[in-house]
Parts: sequence; C-alpha cells; structure tokens
Amino acid sequence: MSFPWAKEYTPKHPVMRFFDEKLPLPRFVYNAVGAGYPVPRNLSYFWNFGVLAGFFLMLQIVTGVVLAMHYAANTEVAFGTVEHIMRDVNWGWLMRYTHANGASFFFVVVYIHIFRGLFYASYKPPREMIWLLGVTIFLLMMATAFMGYVLPWGQMSFWGAQVITGLFEAIPVVGPPLKTWLLGGFAPDNAALNRFFSLHFLLPFVILGAVILHIWALHIPGSSNPTGVEVKSESDTLPFHPYYTAKDGFGLGVALLVFFTFVFFLPNALGHPDNYIEANPLSTPAHIVPEWYFYPFYAILRAFTFDFILPAKLWGVLAMFSAILVWFFLPWLDKSPVRSGHYRPLFRKFFWFGLIPVMAVLFYCGGAPAEEPYVMISQIATAYYFLHFLVILPIVSSIERPDPLPFSITEAVLGSDDEAAAGDAAPTAA
Amino acid sequence: MIRLVGILIGLGFTFVVLLAFVTGAYTWSTEEVAETAESVFHETAHGPEAGYSFDGPFGTWDLAQLQRGYQVYKEVCSACHSLNYVAIRDLEQLGYSEDQVKAEAASFQVPGINPDTGEDTMRPALPTDYFPSPYPNSVAAAAANNNAIPPDLSLMTKARHHGSDYVYSLLTGYQEVPAQLREEFPDATPAPGLYYNPYFANLNLAMAPPLTADGQVTYADGTEATISQMAQDVAAFLTWTAEPQLIKRKQTGWPVLGFLLFATILAWLAKKQIWAGAKRRKD
Ligand code: HEC
Ligand code: HEM
Repeated sequence: MSFPWAKEYTPKHPVMRFFDEKLPLPRFVYNAVGAGYPVPRNLSYFWNFGVLAGFFLMLQIVTGVVLAMHYAANTEVAFGTVEHIMRDVNWGWLMRYTHANGASFFFVVVYIHIFRGLFYASYKPPREMIWLLGVTIFLLMMATAFMGYVLPWGQMSFWGAQVITGLFEAIPVVGPPLKTWLLGGFAPDNAALNRFFSLHFLLPFVILGAVILHIWALHIPGSSNPTGVEVKSESDTLPFHPYYTAKDGFGLGVALLVFFTFVFFLPNALGHPDNYIEANPLSTPAHIVPEWYFYPFYAILRAFTFDFILPAKLWGVLAMFSAILVWFFLPWLDKSPVRSGHYRPLFRKFFWFGLIPVMAVLFYCGGAPAEEPYVMISQIATAYYFLHFLVILPIVSSIERPDPLPFSITEAVLGSDDEAAAGDAAPTAA
Repeated sequence: MIRLVGILIGLGFTFVVLLAFVTGAYTWSTEEVAETAESVFHETAHGPEAGYSFDGPFGTWDLAQLQRGYQVYKEVCSACHSLNYVAIRDLEQLGYSEDQVKAEAASFQVPGINPDTGEDTMRPALPTDYFPSPYPNSVAAAAANNNAIPPDLSLMTKARHHGSDYVYSLLTGYQEVPAQLREEFPDATPAPGLYYNPYFANLNLAMAPPLTADGQVTYADGTEATISQMAQDVAAFLTWTAEPQLIKRKQTGWPVLGFLLFATILAWLAKKQIWAGAKRRKD
C-alpha cells in the first residue's frame, strides 16, 4: 500500500503500545498522514486543496449540526427560524454566515482541486479510481448544496427549487410524474422542504464516506506530482509529517484568512438579496439564478434554445448533466503517455487559452439574465466545452509529441539523481 | 471505441448548440431590440453624500441617528409597514433604558385574551412582544393600498442590492414623470394610484411619497427634519433592523483575523524551517 521505505510505527510509550495492540488507530494515522506516509517531495501549493476541501467538509458538518438544532423545516416557520438564528441564538449569525460562506468556499476549493487534476492529468492510471470517486463527490456536493439553499425558504430558495425540479419535466413520459414524486406535490411545498432537510442532513455524511474511499484509493499509488513522473526511489519522497503537515497548516491559515474576511465583512456578497424575501409562490422574481457555483452548468442548460428533433429544454438538461459526466471518462479519453501539462505543449495551450477562459465565460453568463448577447456567448462557450473534452483532448493527446520528462522527481528538484541513476534504485512501488 | 463514441457525442452537442447559436444570432441581428422605459430611466441607488456611520470595516452605529430613524418609522412608515422580526425589547440596543422600552411597549396595542372571559381583546404590548402589524392580514393590506401589499421592512435593506442606499434613494427619489418618458413610452407612465420613482425597478410603485415635507416629524434631539435627513435616518434604522449584529460582527472580525494572521505567520515560519533541510536532502 505504500513505498517499501515508509517508516514503521514503533510506539514507545506503554499506553500507545497498548493501543497499538488492541486498536491500531495511532498506527493508522501514522501511516495515513504521519511520518509513515512518503509523499513526492515536489508537490506545489496546488496539492494543498485536497486537505482544504476536507477542512471545509468538516466545517460544514459542524456548523450544520448546530444550525439544525434551531431550524424548523416547515414552510410556515422556516424563514422565521432562520431569522431567529440570526437574531436570538447566541452566535447564531456566525454559525449561519460560516455555513453559507463555507459552502461557497468548499466549492472554490474543490473547483481548484478538480482543475489541478485536469491540468496535471491526475486522473490517468493508476489514479482512475481516485478521480471517479472525486467526480462522484462533486455530484453529491451539488445535490447537497442545492437542497441546502432551499431550506431558508426565501424567494430564490423556492424559485430555484421550482426551476431545477422543473427540469425533470423535460424527460419524456416519466418526467412529470417523476417530478411530482420527487417533490411530493406539484410544486415545492412543505413535503418538499421536509425531505430536502432530511437529505441535506444525510448527504454530507455520504460525502464523508466517499471522501474516505477517495483517500483510501489515493494511498494505494500515492499522490502524483507536478512533473507527473512516478516516484522511483526514496529520495523522491518526504514523509508527510512534518513536511506536508507544515505546508498544509500554512495553506489552511491563508485560506481561513480569506474565508473569515468574507464571513465577517462581506457575508452576503456571494448570496442573492432576494433570498431575504420570504418565499411567495405568487410572485416570480425578475431573474431566477442558482447559487454562483452552479453558474457554468446553468449557462450550459440555457444555451440550448433550439428544438432539433428533441425539445430544446431536453437538450439543455442532457447537456448540463453530460457536462459533468464527461469528467468520468477522462482517464480513457486522454491517450497521452505523459500526465503533467508542463510537458504537453499543445494540451497546455488548449487548457490555458481554451478551457480556462471558457469556464470563466460560462461562470459569467450563468449569472447574467437569459438575454442576448449572453445567450450567444454561452452557446459558443458551451460548444467549446464539449469540443474540448470530447474531441480536442482525445485527438491532441494522441498526436502531440510531449517534451522530454525529467528522469525522476529528484532530478527535477535537484538537477541530478545519482542514487536512482546508478541502477540501485529501490524498486518502484506499484 | 470509447473515444470514438465520445467524439460523436461531443460533435453532436456542439452541432445542436451551434444551431441554436445561428438561429439566435439571426433573430438578434434582424430584430430591432426595443428599448424599454426601465433601461432608459432606471437609476442606480446612492446613499446620502456623507455616507453612513456604519459603512466600512470600522463602522459603528450612530445611536442618535437610529433613534431618529425609529421615530420616523413609528410616526410615518408603521401606518402601512410591519416589522415582523423585530421585538420591542430590541430597542434597548438603540440606547433606550429598560424603563423607556417598557413605556414604549405600552404605547402599542397587541391582540390578547381577556383573562376572565377568554374573549379576544387588545392589550398593551410588553417588551417581549414583536412590533404589531398595521393590518390584520395581507388581504386587508392590499385592500387599503390599491392592491399592493406594503412589504415587511425588517429585512428590507438586505433584500435589495445596496439596501441602505436603496431605501434612501427611493424615499428621496419621487419625481414628476419626465416629458421624454411621456412621449417615448406612453405605456410606462404611472397608472392611477401609482407614483413615478426612477429608483424603483419598474419605475412606478404603489407607495405614495411617504416623506413629503420638511419637519414632518419633530425630532426629540432637535435635529432639523429635512426630507433627506428623515430618509437617511430611517434607512439607517432599517439597516439595524435587518442586521442588528452588523457592528458586533465587524468588531468580532478584527481580532479573529488578527489571530489568524499571527497563526499563519507562525505556520509559515515553521514550514520554512522544516523545509530548509529538504531542499538539499537526499537520503
Ligand atoms: C400609505 C402607506 C405607506 C406608507 C406610509 C409607507 N409605505 Fe412604503 N410601501 C407602501 C406600499 C403599498 C408599497 C408597495 C409598493 C409596490 O410594490 O408598488 C411600499 C413599498 C415600500 C418599499 C419597497 C420598495 C421595493 O423595492 O419593493 C420600501 C423600501 C418602503 N415602502 C419603505 C417605506 C418607508 C421607509 C416608509 C416610511 C418613511 C414607508 N415605506 C411608508 C405603502 C406605504
Ligand atoms: C469533499 C471533497 C474532496 C475532498 C475532501 C478531497 C480530498 C483529497 C485529498 C486530501 C487529496 C490528497 C491531496 C491533494 O492531492 O490535493 C485528494 C487528491 C485527489 N483528488 Fe480529491 N477531494 C475532494 C473532491 C475531489 C473531486 C471533486 C475530484 C475530481 C472530480 C477529486 C480528485 C482528486 C484527484 C485526482 C486526486 C489525486 C491528485 C494527485 O495525486 O495528483 N477530489 N483529494
């Protein structure tokens, strides 16, 4: 499961030895995130974001459990209980703002984490399972965040739920009854609010389970690294503790500085004012938009405005889900023998000048009203999005000639690698 | 195989979305996009020239202003608007004493039950009561206001973009309907019972100008009650009702950020020291 040179856990204190015999939890921690886990020595700060995602997941669970103590999932009172939390519960406002902005930051961090994976092609063998679990986590996060946003029962909660569940109606034949079944009624109401609360409480723990599998799968090959060259010998690695615990600690500090600046000084900057108006099924807001982290996919949904064989709405729904589902197939769409974008000149150009600006455009257009020219711009961006993953990536990865790779991580860091080059390198871990 | 299927699906989506683009672009280039009255006449909200005491990361409440704003709410706005999420006891945060709040509470009548007969009656409010609504229900509210329901004001400044500025602009922004609008957009001129205000999203709202004359309220602290003064005072008061913990929040933020900065610097130094050896380490 790890490299042969990984340090063995040797407890000295009798209490720890007792534990190690009966329940080797300390040994588990030592091998997972301690000195017993060798990690490539050249990881950049982009590799901090996995740990940060884990931190924000825990923060959401802790603040969420406290909020649930004071919240009531009933359409008559839900909006009022949120105000009760904001006004009367001790530090309730801090819990709520931390939870609301925590969701946003969780997505920021996970988006960076995913795009790190896309640039360094971390999804390539032997890390396919880590990636598949990652995309699953992302889907679960989206479901959780969507249902969480409904709970305060403001105008955007209600109308967002109306629009998103309305998408099911695009499915032929089974769509409309499916929507009614999911909502427990024809429109979002008390039944929907209750089940959304139940699921919103449950799903984070499902995510936690998926994260444990994700990290378990990660510990089999170990982390990749910015060169994409696999670990060859001990000199390529450093023990996780103290090296990466220190680096992750510093990264967490920086992330929290930015995060709490939002919580204390701009707590509503990422939200929508309409959600401070209580839900009113009789009054439709001028622009219904989801939370910002759904914008790219919302832009793709709204880009399909033409009935071609199938109704436009169905195309939009199919495209929106496919936009995420394509990520599942990346390990098999990308043929390159090389992982890291640093050594893939053409791939890198398409990443920085194609995918990244297109994502930025989709983010922007998803939040803009469904008017021209935003719709036309999203249409071009959507076309590129699908071309990028499904056409450009497979073709570029099979025709491009990658730049020469360093012999090893050690050589990349130090300029030479005598130990591994001499031929007496430790056997490569599989 | 998987790549072939992928390429086909990719080209399929691209084809359909580009078809949508072409048809969209065609309509867009051939159809004249009609200007709307809103796009021409709507104005962005702005606050009073001097700004508010609670602005910025170091802002604080101006309690005298909040008290004046409360007076404007009570004497003017409360005739039509409720303040459902604010309890009368919360007034203590504006600098009123416990006794003052008790007396203030007693000046409101709230629904109660006659302790002897169990019949519905009205009783004087207690500090723990919430501000009573001017109308018994939304039907009554709509009936009294030309079919528009005066919204609850507790969260108003958070429920609009730049809410404090918005309330100020809205209250001071009533105007004569511009001649240009009458000419170019006759449909957008206010219907009977509506009033023209360029800060309101669709320009015409059902609220008659509530602040109409200087000196409409007589401030206890002697401040001159100009329309602009009353508007900014009540906007400040509504900022407080929407977020009573605003100042506490900012004041809590600074020590938290200070501590985090300190901890982050320590973490950076620790990281630097731990990694110092690793740059050359070859074992
Ligand atoms: C005569 C009754 C009446 C009085 C007095 C009154 N309002 Fe209104 N107000 C209304 C009505 C009716 C509406 C709804 C207007 C609409 O939706 O067209 C409204 C709407 C508003 C809005 C919301 C505008 C929007 O963006 O939807 C604000 C803010 C507001 N009033 C503030 C005040 C303030 C502050 C005062 C006191 C200075 C006040 N009102 C006094 C009747 C009144
Ligand atoms: C709750 C959300 C998540 C948590 C807590 C989490 C946690 C982690 C951690 C701790 C690591 C190791 C450190 C690192 O490489 O950054 C990691 C690696 C990885 N994660 Fe995640 N992750 C999450 C979501 C995702 C998602 C959504 C994806 C992709 C869609 C993803 C893909 C990957 C990949 C491919 C790696 C290996 C990277 C490499 O070794 O180069 N993760 N994850």
